[in-house]
Amino acid sequence: MTLTVFALAAIALLALIFGALLGFAAIRFKVEGDPLVDQIDAILPQTQCGQCGYPGCKPYAEAIANGDDINKCPPGGETTIRELSALMGVEAKPLDAAHGVEDVKKVAFIREDECIGCTKCIQACPVDAILGAAKQMHTILIDECTGCDLCVDPCPVDCIDMVPVEVDSSHWEWKFNKVPVGDIPIRQMS
Amino acid sequence: MFANYDKIIERISLNQLWDFPGGVHPPQQKTLSNQSSIEYLQVEKTYYVPVKQHIGIEGKLLVCEGDKVLKGQALTTSEAPFSVPVHAPTSGAVTKITNHVSAHPSGIPELSVIIDADGQDTWIELDPVPDYAKTSKSELIERICDAGISGMGGAGFPTHIKTNNSKPLEFLIINGIECEPYISSDDRLMREHAWQIRQGIDILVHILQPKQVIVAVEDNKPEALETMSIACQQKINYQVVSVPTKYPAGGEKQLIQVLTSREVPANGLPIDVGCIMYNVATCYAIADAIVEGKPLIERVVTLTGEGFKSPKNVWARLGTPIQSLLTYGDYDQSQQSSPRFIMGGPMMGFTVTSMLTPIVKISNCILVPADNELPHPEDERACIRCSACSDVCPASLLPQQLFWYSKAKELEKAEEYNLFDCIECGACAYVCPSEIPLVHYYRQAKADIRNQKEEKEKSDKAKIRFEARKARLLKEKEQREEKHRLAAEARKASLSTDGGGTKDKIAAALARAKAKKEALAKQEALAEKEALAKQEALAKQAPHIADLAESEKTKAVSVSEVSTEVVASQTAQGASPAKDSPEDDAAANEETKEL
Ligand code: SF4
Ligand code: SF4
Ligand code: SF4
Repeated sequence: MTLTVFALAAIALLALIFGALLGFAAIRFKVEGDPLVDQIDAILPQTQCGQCGYPGCKPYAEAIANGDDINKCPPGGETTIRELSALMGVEAKPLDAAHGVEDVKKVAFIREDECIGCTKCIQACPVDAILGAAKQMHTILIDECTGCDLCVDPCPVDCIDMVPVEVDSSHWEWKFNKVPVGDIPIRQMS
Repeated sequence: MFANYDKIIERISLNQLWDFPGGVHPPQQKTLSNQSSIEYLQVEKTYYVPVKQHIGIEGKLLVCEGDKVLKGQALTTSEAPFSVPVHAPTSGAVTKITNHVSAHPSGIPELSVIIDADGQDTWIELDPVPDYAKTSKSELIERICDAGISGMGGAGFPTHIKTNNSKPLEFLIINGIECEPYISSDDRLMREHAWQIRQGIDILVHILQPKQVIVAVEDNKPEALETMSIACQQKINYQVVSVPTKYPAGGEKQLIQVLTSREVPANGLPIDVGCIMYNVATCYAIADAIVEGKPLIERVVTLTGEGFKSPKNVWARLGTPIQSLLTYGDYDQSQQSSPRFIMGGPMMGFTVTSMLTPIVKISNCILVPADNELPHPEDERACIRCSACSDVCPASLLPQQLFWYSKAKELEKAEEYNLFDCIECGACAYVCPSEIPLVHYYRQAKADIRNQKEEKEKSDKAKIRFEARKARLLKEKEQREEKHRLAAEARKASLSTDGGGTKDKIAAALARAKAKKEALAKQEALAEKEALAKQEALAKQAPHIADLAESEKTKAVSVSEVSTEVVASQTAQGASPAKDSPEDDAAANEETKEL
């Protein structure tokens, strides 16, 4: 009888100790998990163009976290969709054409002699990539421009063009079909 | 871990070298071009000198269109540490500075200086170092940089960076392997200019102070081995070594492994295992630069392949379009059904996109194969998992896995399988029975990974800017609201003091007028007096309101000047006073209206 009581007491004691230990560990070593929205936001291209129908990448990230489709981001294209599908564990779908198509990378360019200095584009640019002041000629910081297209419509004199970014040889993707000739002769007859 | 120094010296003196994994033995075809001595060419009419011919950053242009230049005059200057200048290959006039087809597989036009020769070929005043042994290392390194020397073996790494070494150096390795089939430019250079190469080595030894110099030459070049041995025989710590022929024994990491058994770590440099390597042509150029004061303006180029009637080696000035070289080698059009010119060798070269592609510092060969000599790439077939590719990979990679991950664009996986250790030697593609252009896939995958990394950086930056802007807009909005609140309070306060009095007066006046009307006492004079009083009161009020509006305006301007973090935001702010002032006017209007 005493043996049973003793055994029960010992087990209860052990349970208490380990319970306390586990509880302590749960608080002390709590891992601050990367919230889902931030993870999604990190995948999105941060163009801030709003083509997805949300006012920026973060809001779309929030929407995805709440179950919206992952194929609404044209600037991110296939790569982004694939990464999102891996993160969210959902099927990768082709890009939803209703939101636009994947395009070559572009940056905005202001035809400076036509600019009237209305500052409208400055107010539209989500990343402050336009430099200018009222009644002064405006210009675009190419390195900062995300190519979101948002400054084109507000311009009253239509002096903003979206020009494709020129590839140089160090960014070239080894796609031979884009150049007339050229291939690597890596096979020699033996 | 590594074989130690003494052991290596012992094995090298016994000519018992190590080996690197894999490798292939393609037919050499060197005798095609290495039978005659290097020929000098006449001065061309036009040279196309690309501003960037090495890995790193291009130099800053020193000449303008229309300038006269002398042979050897610097066209660019090295500003950043990783930039290397280029020089005029002959005397003449700069006709244009524009984009010209590049010596790159893509052929994408790059900034080039186009020079029309005047035929005089006059040198600038040369400034040789009288005695390099008495010259400081830093000055020698600076001169190597100013002479525009970058690695001439293939990679084009700036030589002065490599030479500016402070770590302990055991082996200075001189690479005379030239393992790629067909090419014989280094072979001829060693045969004919062994002494000048030796001079270059001496200068490097003076700068770098290595314990031992190893000159490595492949055993398929007995003549070069002999001349180099003769040139180096008086120096006890110079050892000329004959390396068994195997492709790619000339790869930097592979050669170090063969000579010392040491393996350069994945992201490391040869200096991490106590070695530095120079190509023989680079040594020649260093001697030219220091002893004669001549910048790098020409190099030996092999013209070879059955498409040439007289294949040979020539001294080609940098910027020579390959079209002229074809003439020198007697290009035989009948050998080719469609023109096909390869810059570099058959394993690592590329088909040029234009006849005007210029010779650059790393171009060692122009290969013009006859139709049946190098087959056109056939259609690739499915991988049969024969693993022939992994057997020959000198970097001990798994080319088949790399191929799959690269093709499926699973770039992370490809990186995990050490894609970036691939030296793009082409050995795997050479043996693949399914004719898969493996290296092509690796190059694509590497470019994709690099571009994605860059894009990631850009998007992170965009995110920061976007959030900064959002925060700024919020702050502005709060400030505006605060301002309006203050204005409203001020208005209320002013209304409750003198404003109230006016109202009473008006009311009283109205009451009196009404009373008078009711009394039908048409005392017009009195009514007029009352009306005057009303006007006076208004006039008293108005300047006060104007003052109020004025002070608010100045407040708005000072507020906007405080928050100027981002340049663009500054200008956006600059616009904001103009934007704000109509609001202030509106506020003023409101106030007058209320009255
Ligand atoms: S400059 Fe125009 S296209 Fe570029 S980020 Fe700003 S709004 Fe978008
Ligand atoms: S190309 Fe790359 S994968 Fe293929 S054999 Fe050479 S190092 Fe190995
Ligand atoms: S050699 Fe070609 S077919 Fe064989 S495993 Fe490698 S990639 Fe596949």
